[in-house]
Amino acid sequence: MTVDPDVVVIGGGVIGSAISLGLAMRGKRVTVLDGADIAHRASRGNFSLIWVQSKGLGMPGYADWARKAALSWPVFAEQLERLSGVDLAFIQPGGLHLTLSEGELEARKRVFIRLREQCGGVDPYPWEILDAAQVKRMLPEVGPTVTGASYCPLDGQANSLRLLRALHIGGNRSNVSYRPLHIVTTIEHRGGEFVIKTDKGTFTAGKVVLTAGHDNARLGPMVGLDVPVRPQKGEILVTEKVRPFLYYPTINVRQTDEGGVQLGDSVEETGFDDTVDLRVLSAIAGRITKMFPLLENVNIVRTWGALRVMPRDGKPIYDQSKTCPGAFVATAHSGVSMASVHMLEVPRMIAAGALDAELSCFTSERFQ
Amino acid sequence: MTRIASCKSRTQVKFQFNGETLTAFNGDSVAAALLASNAGPFRTTPVSHAPRNPYCMMGICFDCLVTIDGVGNRQACLCEVTDGMQVETQLGRRDIAK
Amino acid sequence: MTSHIEYERRYDVVVIGAGPAGLASATSLAEAGLNVVVLDEQTAPGGQIYRSATRSPISDPKILGTEYYRGAELVAAFEASGAKYVPQAIVWSVSPGWDVGVSVRGHSFLISADAVILATGAQERPFPIPGWTLPGVMTAGAAQILLKTSGVVPDGEIVLAGCGPLLWLLAAQYLRANAKIACVLDTTPRSNWTKAIGYLPGFALSPLAAKGAKLLLEVKSSTRVIANVDSIKAVGESGLNAVEFTRNGTTQKPIGAKTLLLHQGVIPNVNLSMAIGCEHVWDDTQLCFRPVTDEWGETSKRGIFVAGDGAWIGGAVVAEHAARLTALKVADRLGKIAAGELSNRASRDRAAKQRLVRGRAFLDKLYTPAKQFRVPEGETIVCRCEEVTARQLRDVVALGCAGPNQAKAFLRCGMGPCQGRMCGVTVTETIADARKVSVEEVGYYNIRFPIKPISLGEFAAIPTTDEAMKTVVRELPPGVTS
Ligand SMILES: Cc1cc2nc3c(=O)[nH]c(=O)nc-3n(C[C@H](O)[C@H](O)[C@H](O)COP(=O)(O)OP(=O)(O)OC[C@H]3O[C@@H](n4cnc5c(N)ncnc54)[C@H](O)[C@@H]3O)c2cc1C
Ligand code: FES
Repeated sequence: MTVDPDVVVIGGGVIGSAISLGLAMRGKRVTVLDGADIAHRASRGNFSLIWVQSKGLGMPGYADWARKAALSWPVFAEQLERLSGVDLAFIQPGGLHLTLSEGELEARKRVFIRLREQCGGVDPYPWEILDAAQVKRMLPEVGPTVTGASYCPLDGQANSLRLLRALHIGGNRSNVSYRPLHIVTTIEHRGGEFVIKTDKGTFTAGKVVLTAGHDNARLGPMVGLDVPVRPQKGEILVTEKVRPFLYYPTINVRQTDEGGVQLGDSVEETGFDDTVDLRVLSAIAGRITKMFPLLENVNIVRTWGALRVMPRDGKPIYDQSKTCPGAFVATAHSGVSMASVHMLEVPRMIAAGALDAELSCFTSERFQ
Repeated sequence: MTRIASCKSRTQVKFQFNGETLTAFNGDSVAAALLASNAGPFRTTPVSHAPRNPYCMMGICFDCLVTIDGVGNRQACLCEVTDGMQVETQLGRRDIAK
Repeated sequence: MTSHIEYERRYDVVVIGAGPAGLASATSLAEAGLNVVVLDEQTAPGGQIYRSATRSPISDPKILGTEYYRGAELVAAFEASGAKYVPQAIVWSVSPGWDVGVSVRGHSFLISADAVILATGAQERPFPIPGWTLPGVMTAGAAQILLKTSGVVPDGEIVLAGCGPLLWLLAAQYLRANAKIACVLDTTPRSNWTKAIGYLPGFALSPLAAKGAKLLLEVKSSTRVIANVDSIKAVGESGLNAVEFTRNGTTQKPIGAKTLLLHQGVIPNVNLSMAIGCEHVWDDTQLCFRPVTDEWGETSKRGIFVAGDGAWIGGAVVAEHAARLTALKVADRLGKIAAGELSNRASRDRAAKQRLVRGRAFLDKLYTPAKQFRVPEGETIVCRCEEVTARQLRDVVALGCAGPNQAKAFLRCGMGPCQGRMCGVTVTETIADARKVSVEEVGYYNIRFPIKPISLGEFAAIPTTDEAMKTVVRELPPGVTS
């Protein structure tokens, strides 16, 4: 007889893996139920930025949470690297959002000013608007049509695929029981416990955490949680490996530690269709060749479309069930940026049985 | 490698590999031209810097990558050698200026 | 770069690949009065088997054998048919409509057509043994291409290793060209004979039998052939120095060699059909994924056909017959065949194909490569591009990685420029082995366009739309950023 876990985490993407590892580090027995190899996995298709700038417009609490996540990344990275032996290629030199017209640059500025107004006249995080000459000093390879950029020193990047692997190795070393190919069909709340049925058997636990990405929309109502998320496609192109030339991540161009340059990424409402569209790839390519003309002759070796898990208002959802105590949901579009707090902060709250007041703005009641 | 005796005569082509002048024949791929001159390695890998030479000769494996006339990561087995062509070993990752 | 060349952008049919399948189908289509273009990435027509058939420098026709020169006839018929041919044309996408994305000497554009025939043929099956990435180790097919196109053979001692008809053919061609073969290491498992014997009658009646027997005799009578080889290791520092091997489990004296030529059959080139989204199955006999097609070669996507070795490994002559059948169906669909005529006109090619297909079963069984040469262990490299080993792959499976796509995310296998062509089947079979489940259950990499690397500038040159532009310009944040 195996002992029932304390917590069942549904979904082994970057959010579920971070939370389950954090729970295991706090001595909880955790089982992770995960989907199939071909499942839509935002954790495998993302842009891998740790991104703060622009977050929180319309929800000041999110700006604070994003700042906290970025500030805890160094500690998180160090702990996880030590535990897993995997280099996360984390850097935090600050990031740029390049613009190709005066209008775009002006719009960037308005975002930060509006955010400041919403946060009671205080900037929630530092930012700067850079002119073309300043950008050129930081990124000598930019083209002449770049008009400037917004810059936030808290922005950075990691290698998201290695992040996912590190979380899995860390989980494995911390006795997280990871079960791939276990697709959850139903969850019932019976006598204070959750009975979770999968196509490969039933699991019982006192707590359940929904981190199933798109499937949270289906699973949430089973435990009294409303999770209005929809797929939003982002298409990305990746170049062959080239020598290092890009020292700061930008919102749509970043160089990985292995040398490939990721170019992205579109925002499309196409439902569950994750195929690539040549017209969109061409649009991305056109913009990027303006930003970095030298990339024109570099070869693209891969492209993909990945489906972001997008809450209705674009902000994360962290919630606990009122009708089924012990059921939690965590879903956010920025799973890499938030990985630090997902391992260091959220598990503490789940273990204690209630989310901190700091997360109350993320309740899905905001949609009612 | 070497050329077999039973060959029709073809127009000679002179090209450079890492600055050294080599000869080949019209219709040779860059890969065949280099192999026939026992020149190599074609590239070193971007991961471990191991030397590599062509493996498939049909465009599948990408182990024949070289720099041709200043353009990096070109498949030597799919390009024909031409007179005056400048070929260089592809050392690890490509440089975006190349 | 060369100046921009203008091509017609609209055809009735686009044929991708100028091997026997592509040439035969395009010839038939053009003769039926259709406007057809053949795109091929090589510099001359012929495909793999008839490489340089029209311009090989080899003067003694005995070296390559009479069959090779069949290629010149095919090319001549093709040239006379009026079909258009574009060499050095790398097809990198086919999107619904159908729009074929093609790159010609650094310039990309789209060609639209009512039907697309994928005649992209086969590639050699990966042969993952220790040391297979060393300079000096290449495939038998590669060696044959060097011989056909340039009359180039290795100097010094040569070892051939593996199984399958092509290995024997190359050995014979090398002997005729006076290349120095140290020995042939035959990896055909002895147990295959018992599995194959039942198919011998079908084989004996097919034209393949006499040819095969003659070839084997030619090789075995003049060079050393070591049978029952069950492991091979290529050793050397910056290039091959020696080949170590075992025979019936016993270590043998290593052979000093500068060249090792590997071959264990060919498998369909599936990247294009996979990226288009055609349904594929695992073929248990040929041990490969192949697109599901109907009797005419049409895939699960209407208007996308596969002809030749890309659909099923049958060899050049089967490819020709199958391609003519595909061409008939396409011509029929496009209104060029009189009502009720289709079946009648197909009968000859269908019968000829059937006879050859029956003979093939014996070869498939006899030359099924042994498991240890397909499913590696330990430090053997699985993914040549990203240098991922079998041990690393098995380790992530132990961690719970269930399929090739998660393995790719964890290890980068399949992410290099070859886009999984050199590791795809190996990764799938190795995961299946480690998980002790079937290959179907494990599945294959999710393949996307471009199926060949093309430059960012070429992507930018593909027509876009205002709507597409709007999805990438984020003037005001849509509530989110990455
Ligand atoms: C290396 C090798 C050597 C072989 N040697 C022999 C032999 O000596 N004797 C024998 O009986 N059989 C041999 N075979 C098997 C034989 O080649 C096949 O049975 C036969 O060629 C199948 O014909 P096909 O037209 O289907 O494919 P192929 O002849 O392979 O033709 C496919 C063509 O498609 C082109 N192509 C592929 N992808 C693209 C793309 N994306 N864009 C543009 N063009 C593309 C290729 O350049 C190629 O010219 C060999 C196979 C291989 C792989
Ligand atoms: S040798 Fe394999 S791609 Fe050129």
